[in-house]
Amino acid sequence: MKFRTRAIHIGSEPDSTGAVVPPIYLSTTFVQPGPGDWGAFDYSRSGNPTRARVEKTIADLEGAAGSLAFSSGMAATHCAMGSLEAGSHVVAGCDMYGGTYRLLHKICNRNNISVTLVHADDSKAIAAAIRPETKMVWVESIGNPLMSVPDLEQISQITNKAGVLLAVDSTFVPPCILKPLELGADIVMHSATKYFGGHSDCLAGALSAKTPELHRQLYFIQNATGGVIGGLEAFLLHRGIKTMELRVREQSKSALAIARWLESQRSVARVLYPGLASHPDHQRAVRLMGDQFGGMVTFDVRGDIETAKRVCKATELFGLAVSCGAVESLIEQPATMSHASYDPAARAQAGIRDTLVRISVGLEDPEDLIADLDRALAIAGGA
Amino acid sequence: MTSSSNSKSELGFGTQSVHAGEARQKPNDAITDSICCASTYTFESTQSILDYLKEGHEREEYGRYGNPNEKVVERKLAALEGAEDAIVYSSGMAAIVGLLMCKLSAGDEIIFFDQCYHRSREFCVKHLSRFGVVTHQVKTGDMVAMESAINSKTKMLVSESPTNPHLTVIDLESFVAIGKRHGIETLIDSTLATPYNLKPIEWGVDYVWHSATKYMGGHNDLLAGVICGSTQKLEPVRKLRGILGSINSPHNMYLLERGLKTFALRMERHNHNGQRIAEFLESHPRVQRVYYPGLESHPSHAFAKKTMKGFSGLITFLVKDADWKQTAAIIDKCKIPRIGPSLGGVESLIEQPMVMSYFDYPSEQREQFGIYDNMIRMAVGIEDTDDLIEDLRQALETP
Repeated sequence: MKFRTRAIHIGSEPDSTGAVVPPIYLSTTFVQPGPGDWGAFDYSRSGNPTRARVEKTIADLEGAAGSLAFSSGMAATHCAMGSLEAGSHVVAGCDMYGGTYRLLHKICNRNNISVTLVHADDSKAIAAAIRPETKMVWVESIGNPLMSVPDLEQISQITNKAGVLLAVDSTFVPPCILKPLELGADIVMHSATKYFGGHSDCLAGALSAKTPELHRQLYFIQNATGGVIGGLEAFLLHRGIKTMELRVREQSKSALAIARWLESQRSVARVLYPGLASHPDHQRAVRLMGDQFGGMVTFDVRGDIETAKRVCKATELFGLAVSCGAVESLIEQPATMSHASYDPAARAQAGIRDTLVRISVGLEDPEDLIADLDRALAIAGGA
Repeated sequence: MTSSSNSKSELGFGTQSVHAGEARQKPNDAITDSICCASTYTFESTQSILDYLKEGHEREEYGRYGNPNEKVVERKLAALEGAEDAIVYSSGMAAIVGLLMCKLSAGDEIIFFDQCYHRSREFCVKHLSRFGVVTHQVKTGDMVAMESAINSKTKMLVSESPTNPHLTVIDLESFVAIGKRHGIETLIDSTLATPYNLKPIEWGVDYVWHSATKYMGGHNDLLAGVICGSTQKLEPVRKLRGILGSINSPHNMYLLERGLKTFALRMERHNHNGQRIAEFLESHPRVQRVYYPGLESHPSHAFAKKTMKGFSGLITFLVKDADWKQTAAIIDKCKIPRIGPSLGGVESLIEQPMVMSYFDYPSEQREQFGIYDNMIRMAVGIEDTDDLIEDLRQALETP
């Protein structure tokens, strides 16, 4: 069965009621057959029927040995980092979500875990940064917000050889476009709040593991630390996944049209979208992703930090908000919003300029969205 | 788009699906609407109650009269339908009952085309009759028969378009013209078409009715019904709903609003899958006949092309030389569509009308309704087209 069919049917198999949509289990605890005699579910932190269904769907779509659903993307990332012992070293792509940067530099460092940031689309730099104590390479399959595309095939050869885990945050690239596990990654993380849920109404995270052993290790941490998704959110997440392929296909199509239009605007200095021939990693993106590149586009306006602010404030259809991947289009300024938790110096080093604007293209008609951006750019009046 | 409004016709259907009817800026600056579960709404003081009673400005009072979540959905549905107003109910049947109980009195008459949802027919024939309302049924699409059934007591002309399960598309121009000629209101059940494909209001129909459980909700996880029309005509209908109590719940309204966000996308896919699968079935040697308005072989293909953008996901077909058990065997062999009633969700469903809806009817009556033993109705979902075709192929060809 193909992706869309599996997204709808795997994990939604009928139960004893015949319900075409499985019931929502909010139960925190489950009655057991006898003392020390455990049933399939005992306590909802350890496992919940609604969560188990959505985990089954995600594992199938990712081609994983098993998946785990969390209360947020950061809870999932924290669980993955929880597999590292004190003294470990992580090599991470510098084109990275601000929250992950913060977790690595301000939380994981407390456990004596050190980080080296490199440009993830430079595989040689990754290889060179690996040290004897390196335990994990962490890259985003499309970097946030500079849209860099790492060569996951090449990097997985490097990590395999070095005996290091390759973990991929694929939040910008859902599995209907790219399956990192097939390219050699060991762990895939999604902020499932984004394309999986898709409707801006449930926080969720997901980890998918290549091997049963890794899945067991991560499950142990999830159960011990407790960042699990609740029953209602698991239901909404599952509901969203059913239209994910349709949504992402449409969003990719609209994003490419918008990126091309932005590129033709005098008030725009630079457009970053892997689907554009002008993108430095375009050929690689085509090789890894085919003809869909997701709904995230970033661009630099001509002007300064204030020009970018004015663009973000002037749109009427694009909502001014962080987050992405949902039916509603959103706009934001990474320097002051999604990547404000970077140290300013690190932001500058990574190349996140103050003039950068990030948009998440939703399901509105692309003509309406272009008209909205056209107006906003005119109002902002760049140099 | 400063505040909520119905007049967003300048924006595309996809944009309206996502944004129409919603406040641009919501409480607590949330991007999505909150779910307001309150059963009752409080007043600051006695004076504020008196002001509300005197001036009647819009606010909530008691949950049976309305809630913020249903109001958003009503505005969104009205915008998508191109109607002034919309009233949402707890189910499609609650909606038609709510409308007819308001508009008809003892001694009135109503005329139906005979291909229709069997519960609508049952409500009129068995129950409205107890209140002195007479129901006439005439052959579907026969405008002459409909017009000649009109008399001075006739109050409403009713049809589905397309009809269930024969997918007959009504010539809305003639249908509305009859109503106007005689000063009689018209009602179209547009559940199978949806406003993505057909907007009956634009053809002059007075009331549009949907089981919003189907394509509008789209995920087989909520029940809802809606009546669309002019504010003036719907005002007493809304008041009666407050008395009958068939309002939907805020939780359901949230799910319906969420479902509508992907409405345009889903319908495009239902249309695509429906057309491809109908063409596949028509070319298959085990299939005797396919009822799908997008096929040239369908008797009302011309009206379908005239009134509709696409033809949705419901397909009915007859299996060649099969009795009811041989027909059932094909259904049982399907691996992707689940067996069950309803339609319009992301999951494909399949059923045999003779078994699912008409098992208790004598066979002569079934024949009269055009429900044959070898008839299969498939509600095509949004799964991959080739997966569905391959599954049907194996179900038809596996001995």
